[in-house]
Amino acid sequence: MSETPAAHTAAPAARARIDTTSERHLPWYHLALTGLASAVLAAIILLALGKLSIAGVVVLGYLLHLIIGFAYSRVREGRRWATDRFVSLLVFGAFGLALIPLVSLLMEVIVRGAPRLVAPGFLTGDMAGVIGGMDAGGIWHAIVGTLLVTFWASVISVPIGLFTAIFLVEYARTGWMKVLGKGITFLVDVMTGIPSIVAGLFGLALFVTVTSNPGIRIGMMGAVALSLLMIPTVVRSSEEMIRLVPMDLREASYALGVPKWLTIVRVVLRTAIAGLTTSVTLAVARVIGETAPLLLTVGALPLLNTNMVSGRMQTLPTFINSQYKLGNAVCNSDTLTNPITGIEHACSVAINFDRAWAAALVLIMIVMVLNIVARLVSYFFAPKSGR
Amino acid sequence: MSTIDASNKPAARKTVASGSGRRAGDTIFSALSVGSGLIIFLALAAVAVFLSLQSREAIEGSRELTGSADAVSLLEYTGPLIFGTVFAAVLALLMAVPVAVGIALFISHYASRKLSTPLGYLIDLLAAVPSVVFGLWGGVWLVPRLEPLYLFLNKHLGFIPLFAGEPTAPMKNLASASVVLAVMILPIITAVSREVFLQTPRLQEEAALALGATRWEMIKSVVLPFGKSGVISASMLGLGRALGETMAVLMVMSPGFTYSLHIFEVGRHQSIAANIAAQSAESTGIDMSRLIFTGLVLFVITFVINAIARAIVSRGPKS
Repeated sequence: MSETPAAHTAAPAARARIDTTSERHLPWYHLALTGLASAVLAAIILLALGKLSIAGVVVLGYLLHLIIGFAYSRVREGRRWATDRFVSLLVFGAFGLALIPLVSLLMEVIVRGAPRLVAPGFLTGDMAGVIGGMDAGGIWHAIVGTLLVTFWASVISVPIGLFTAIFLVEYARTGWMKVLGKGITFLVDVMTGIPSIVAGLFGLALFVTVTSNPGIRIGMMGAVALSLLMIPTVVRSSEEMIRLVPMDLREASYALGVPKWLTIVRVVLRTAIAGLTTSVTLAVARVIGETAPLLLTVGALPLLNTNMVSGRMQTLPTFINSQYKLGNAVCNSDTLTNPITGIEHACSVAINFDRAWAAALVLIMIVMVLNIVARLVSYFFAPKSGR
Repeated sequence: MSTIDASNKPAARKTVASGSGRRAGDTIFSALSVGSGLIIFLALAAVAVFLSLQSREAIEGSRELTGSADAVSLLEYTGPLIFGTVFAAVLALLMAVPVAVGIALFISHYASRKLSTPLGYLIDLLAAVPSVVFGLWGGVWLVPRLEPLYLFLNKHLGFIPLFAGEPTAPMKNLASASVVLAVMILPIITAVSREVFLQTPRLQEEAALALGATRWEMIKSVVLPFGKSGVISASMLGLGRALGETMAVLMVMSPGFTYSLHIFEVGRHQSIAANIAAQSAESTGIDMSRLIFTGLVLFVITFVINAIARAIVSRGPKS
């Protein structure tokens, strides 16, 4: 690029400023070669130190390449291209850095969670009578609890969120409604920023005040707390989806004499249904992994409880947290007997972590399935946009 | 409007009469819509009211108001918690923002067009991971792997107050919690920055390149100035999220209540959110009320941060 004839025939002043003899842009494989050289050098250094590992070569090689690549480019290509190379390396490095947590997290969850997940009775059992390092126990009660609490949170949030979105797009156009709409948009923004623990505190404070029972912990409290987090997500994304519906469709409907509410139900919502499904699914996926509000409102229980308005419940996120908190178990004897079922089980030191990882795997799978479903719905059923 | 028409013309009255069922539908539907909007008003008001009601006991029973030396001082109780919360969040932000801007640039200006969307999804995948799983990963996988780095920094850069002190294994300290927080806020900062970078006027970018600028010079002179306010507001959103995050801190940091600057020391810091989650199960009466008061403080802090972020967004460039 810089080796154009124009650069050579430039005015003397310009030639003096930009040293054309040392400035040129070499093909990309020079960078690959310096990268390879850096990796080899890193491997040699690590071998000399006796700490050779793939991760070490990648990290040290990258850092060495920052220096070597820059120095090489500085000599061969000049300062400007050297800086460009350096920044490119940094930007690629940033992306690579972000992949470390993602890949390691998914790997860890799968590798550590899978063995326990396929253990007999883990998905179908509960934690009744499971004590110490007993190599038993299941998460059926937690899965059901999570689904129930999230379902009721959706039952509360989806209608409110959807109607608010409809209000913002279809009604808040003129007069006092517009003012109200602006206020609601602002408040939805505020709600988006509510820390999840504060939502939990709200659920707690609300039910404690209303029932004047400070010890109350029921599934419905969790659903109310979660809906406080879910409503703004539903409003935001549904509003966007409804806004995408072309004005022409509404006007055509009005011109045929269809009342406004029927137009909204039959034309607007029907056109936006795929986007709305996506936004609701994503909102569900967002709250299904919430832990902090449930810690405060739903409590914990080793058994299945499907009653939303009475008694504590177990949910997957709080189950993971409680198992993690238990840490390594102490095994004084080889076997432990479940006091409820009377069955003898082996003792395992790492059982609590195993259960936590397996539950995390189940939770991640639920979230991923919801995300994939949402993307598929929007991919296959969304009306094609004009772009 | 139509009532005037109806009183004037019999024919019009007839159609209106037959359409009254429809108009009832309209009334119900608009009432439902407005009602839902009002519920949001009510919900936020309820958050403020119920939290205030429940924290009244702590405020009235505090040393500041009662004057008795036996009472717990709200200032002394909340102070270290606010310090820990803000400290961890700011550290996380300092780590996350450069990386997030790098990723956003990578996706918007370095990766090929075909690749940029899937790569964006990959980063969004991080946002889909539940916080409790991040906590588990941070506590079990990350903490032992950070230990050599901490010991190295402590040994060789120990003269800097941040790295000073005596780190002890397991390294469940503020630094570890900040790293996990940084990972958790990375996707939101990346997503917002990426959107802003993609909105940079194409003509300006091409003009810079046509003048012989390298890609970095183009980014420095066109993209970054254009996206500056977007990156700032994205960082504020990330900060708001880091301030309120509970599980990562709860599971990765051993709590302590000091104003220590030593981020590698275990048991020195605690955040408001993690403190609430840790203490709530065993707290009743005035203790619970005090926790709810700290929650109210957290709510106010995040509210202010988010409000600033929104204000910057609305002043920023429009697409």
